[in-house]
Amino acid sequence: MKVFELILLIVLIGCAISVACTRDLLTSIVIFMSYSLVMCVIWVLLQSPDLAITEAAVGAGVTSILFFVTLKKIRAIRKEKTDESEEGQL
Amino acid sequence: MSRKKDNYDQSRWLKFKNWVDGDVDLLAKGMEARVPDGNTDGSGWTHGAQSLEAYEAAQEEELKKLPIFAKGFDPSVDHGLALFRKFYRFLSVLLCGSLILVLLWTVAYLPIFGNAGNPDNNEVSARYIERGLQETGAVNIVTGMILDYRAFDTFGESCVLFIASCCVLVLLRIDASSKDKQTEKRRKEAAYDRLYEPKNDIILQKCACILVPVILIFGIYIVLNGHLSPGGGFSGGAVLGSGLILYLNAFGFQKTERFFTETVYRRTTLCALTFYCLAKSYSFFTGANHLDSGIPLGTPGAILSSGLILPLNICVGLVVACTMYAFYTLFRKGGM
Repeated sequence: MKVFELILLIVLIGCAISVACTRDLLTSIVIFMSYSLVMCVIWVLLQSPDLAITEAAVGAGVTSILFFVTLKKIRAIRKEKTDESEEGQL
Repeated sequence: MSRKKDNYDQSRWLKFKNWVDGDVDLLAKGMEARVPDGNTDGSGWTHGAQSLEAYEAAQEEELKKLPIFAKGFDPSVDHGLALFRKFYRFLSVLLCGSLILVLLWTVAYLPIFGNAGNPDNNEVSARYIERGLQETGAVNIVTGMILDYRAFDTFGESCVLFIASCCVLVLLRIDASSKDKQTEKRRKEAAYDRLYEPKNDIILQKCACILVPVILIFGIYIVLNGHLSPGGGFSGGAVLGSGLILYLNAFGFQKTERFFTETVYRRTTLCALTFYCLAKSYSFFTGANHLDSGIPLGTPGAILSSGLILPLNICVGLVVACTMYAFYTLFRKGGM
């Protein structure tokens, strides 16, 4: 179990660093989502399942979706922009 | 002999008078909230992709004229600037490193996690653990604490969530009946935004058909069993809200608008918060001296037990679920 916890903590730190280092905003949100999922498992291991439920629903679910919608609003998702311009030219 | 005022049009008194009369909107000039009409006319991206590209090119030209793009700010020309940038980088790394060092150093002085002699293991938690079940009737001590001993804190938390959703409403709401030019443009943009996304995605719809009922039932289970098992109003409400968002994503706004409109949202949140306030604040007005609520505590472990905790849990769950859903719809189309 100790080894499992250690692996989870290392993954957590790796996620946290790579969120800051990733250039693409979409990728960094997906990494942030996985950070929340790992954190959720760690909450279960720390014997607080109620926090784990909240983390899974809010951290991995709602927050990331709101981030995605914001990226869409400020048109930071690059691929979609090219799609739109192609459709406009047709 | 009085001084002649030749610049009466520029005087503050005239501006003030106009403002009192309601002729001039002072905010229109000073604040950045509204883009002046001259810049955006005919370049809105609703006009098609070509005008959008032309607009972006024009904007880049405009940007190059700004002083920040002048030659003095080009590091390949100005060597002092290049030196300053290197120095800046070095200093920022140094600052970050020292901050991390200080924080880690403080952490080393914290008591060991879970140690019995820690200052947080005092008589308060001992009393909660010993007499919590007897006094609140909740098997789950955490819920007994946050909805009985410290129910007023939880009320504040629900209010914070409600106020946050109000702020998002103020910032992102698009008035459907407004004839204002800017509002109309934003409404068109939102509609255009939704036009170009995949609709009726078969994989998403089939997955949602299976998942949404399970998620909703799990959320209701967490809310209703808040006093018996881990969870409670906030976690259950968050699960319910994310289930609703998944349903909305799969089937679109027309399906959800049949049962969840702005009126429903307003009434549900208001009723839940008012009930919570009325049910709990009387005992805090009398000094939190544990007046009887009149509801029997019941046998611990039964679903109808622990007095007021179950209805309070339902209230918190409703507020949280509605707020999560409202956040999403406001971000998507600026209204419910």
